[in-house]
Amino acid sequence: MTAELGHFSLILAFIVAIVQMILPMIGAQKGWTGWMDVAVPAAISQFVLTAVAFGALMYAFATSDFSLTLVAGNSHSAKPMLYKLTGTWGNHEGSMLLWVFILTLFGSMVAFFGQNLPPELKARVLSVQAAVAVAFFAFLLFTSNPFTRLAFPPFDGQGLNPLLQDPGLAFHPPFLYLGYVGLSMSFSFAVAALIEGRVDAAWARWVRPWTLAAWMFLTIGIALGSWWAYYELGWGGWWFWDPVENASFMPWLIAGALLHSAIVVEKRESLKTWTILLAILAFSFSLIGTFIVRSGVITSVHAFANDPERGVFILAILAVAIGGSLTLFAARANVMQSKGVFSLVSRESGLVLNNILLVVAAFVVFVGTVWPLVSELAFDRKLSVGAPFFDLAFTPFIVVIAMVAPIGAVLPWKRASLGKAMRPLWGLVAVSVAFGALVLVLQTGTRMMAPIGLTLAVWLILGALADVALRVRLGKIAFGESMRRLKNLPRSDFGKMLAHAGLGITIFGVAAITAWETEDIRVAKVGDSFEVSGPVTTYQIRFDDVRNIRGANYTATQGVFTVLVNGREISTLRPEKRLYAVSGMPTTEAAMDIGVTRDVYLVIGDAQENGGWAVRSYVKPFVNWIWFGATIMALGSLLSLTDRRYRVAAGAKRRQEPQGVAAE
Amino acid sequence: MKRLLVILLLLATPIWAVQPDEILPDPALEARARVISKGLRCLVCRNENIDDSNAGLARDLRLLVRERIMAGDDNEQVVTYVVDRYGEYVLLQPKTTGTNLLLWAAGPVMLLIGGGIGFGVIRRRRTNPAVALNEAEAARLKELIES
Repeated sequence: MTAELGHFSLILAFIVAIVQMILPMIGAQKGWTGWMDVAVPAAISQFVLTAVAFGALMYAFATSDFSLTLVAGNSHSAKPMLYKLTGTWGNHEGSMLLWVFILTLFGSMVAFFGQNLPPELKARVLSVQAAVAVAFFAFLLFTSNPFTRLAFPPFDGQGLNPLLQDPGLAFHPPFLYLGYVGLSMSFSFAVAALIEGRVDAAWARWVRPWTLAAWMFLTIGIALGSWWAYYELGWGGWWFWDPVENASFMPWLIAGALLHSAIVVEKRESLKTWTILLAILAFSFSLIGTFIVRSGVITSVHAFANDPERGVFILAILAVAIGGSLTLFAARANVMQSKGVFSLVSRESGLVLNNILLVVAAFVVFVGTVWPLVSELAFDRKLSVGAPFFDLAFTPFIVVIAMVAPIGAVLPWKRASLGKAMRPLWGLVAVSVAFGALVLVLQTGTRMMAPIGLTLAVWLILGALADVALRVRLGKIAFGESMRRLKNLPRSDFGKMLAHAGLGITIFGVAAITAWETEDIRVAKVGDSFEVSGPVTTYQIRFDDVRNIRGANYTATQGVFTVLVNGREISTLRPEKRLYAVSGMPTTEAAMDIGVTRDVYLVIGDAQENGGWAVRSYVKPFVNWIWFGATIMALGSLLSLTDRRYRVAAGAKRRQEPQGVAAE
Repeated sequence: MKRLLVILLLLATPIWAVQPDEILPDPALEARARVISKGLRCLVCRNENIDDSNAGLARDLRLLVRERIMAGDDNEQVVTYVVDRYGEYVLLQPKTTGTNLLLWAAGPVMLLIGGGIGFGVIRRRRTNPAVALNEAEAARLKELIES
């Protein structure tokens, strides 16, 4: 019954979305207030209806209602409750429902917080938002209905892929989707602005927080996915340049460019057309990502050909959304008038450079991701594009971005002098390079990866701190005065500092682990001791015991190891090899001694014929800095989001503060 | 038949990445094997190299690589040997020949185009075309001044 209720709600939401797509747009064109006013209640009811549908599906998963095809195929009664619930989006239909649910959530937020938006703009934005929703409601209802019933329900379900039964991956999709779908807001605002032919600072003040929020969620989502891969896949890889990863990375890069260029529109009323184009591109890459993940086209052309219905449907959505918005852009872009003037050396130019680098980097990832497909279809040449290509073709962009970011960050708006801007930074350049040189001398071998990476990381982190120090004129004026200025600095300045420093921290981690990771693979018997040397410390590992244990829905072989440094015990690690009863699929559960400067990472493999077990041990220097940096970047965006100008923008109408005291 | 073989290989008990019994006694040769393995694709996996892969087929390839190294091949010869048998598909770093030049050139060319456009935009932004009034505005301004 609840399933039918959910199904019915979904159909109603679809109809509401159609109404919301058509009436407010016509109303805005004709200036009919009544028609425009439909948008707000429609957006809110669309959200409530979709929430009911999503809740119904979650309820079906929670109660293991195996009369639903989806639940029977993807759940099992013996699963822990947490994974029954998160299993709602651990499959195609459910994850698409989550996608639309989040889309309607964002729509309702515009309806809710948008009291101070010009009514025409609000009507158009909500109409475009509804148009996207209509496409995805149709996709769900016609090709991927999550509420299909089975005539003969099975006694139990087929289980969820054991790899997905993990907290890291359980919450990876919701964050990723909050990011993907959050970019639909910038898209809707961009299309509405094109129709209206007007972009101003107020528009940017609306677009930027949505982009920031989307970027923050994408950052968290990507970091969660990478962290999950690190501890779950059994050898500690944290990034694979897999098409599905790239699908989330491309919108992240473009959104990163967009939130920078939106600053220029907001503060200087310049780069308007470019910002609109970026907003369209960012959401286009979200859609392309959805297409790549949901159609399976990149994994295998044949999988796509065997079940083309869904793939073709998303492809059609892609064509209409991207093609339509770009056509609109081509027709209307010249209407936008930029006001701000700036010279070749200026903050604006720095941000243009940032944008070019980020967008071209995203383009490189895009070409690399689709090249196997293009090459096979167009040139009949079957090939792979893997990590070595991306390492070579993508890394240079990050290197240049890291080099110029701290300089761009301190350049004044409008007209600047590079020499003057660099004067306080030369010291930091020297410190960073000295640090890199020290690393080069201390490390064994002459690989340049670590020295270059660490130089850039230190430069980014110091540069971020220096930016704030310069803002408060630290050392130039009295210390107390500097502190007073620090207190009054807008939160977005601290957000910028954290985001830039976070990037530095991530680069530090990436460079360190790529250059200095050590591993040891051996057969060990219970009672054996062996050594694994990290870059600095040597760890003794003692193999104490092997036992069989039972979990909720799996059995496992668990090794017990003690890690010692100079004879002193530092931790006991229990890596497992699990076998999930329902799927018969084995997984590894690595055990880690987590630290700031390194992880000791242990995996137990198969029993060997001549006794003993295959044991793999790794020392992973600074690996946690990768995700720590991502967390700092996300925190930075959160801080920027709470900046006064956005709080004021969002709540301006409700507060109705007295507009100052009249002069007497 | 070939498909059956692949399925059988996948069904066999998974073997976790590089196994202790695969490792060559000579650390220098083993290090070479690891470098080569990182560039070869596990044919039944999704974009994973044979060094990290758990699939049986990856293990066979790892053993093949080590066999060739022991037979005295240099790195390039080993890779050529594998490519001759499994095709270009096995290379994770695509060759820089023929149509692949498009792939490798994509980034640099786009950067040049992007840089060119960016430079053009910035140059135009140095003066402000938007400030210039159109005819109607000019007329209105004149009217305002004269009235």
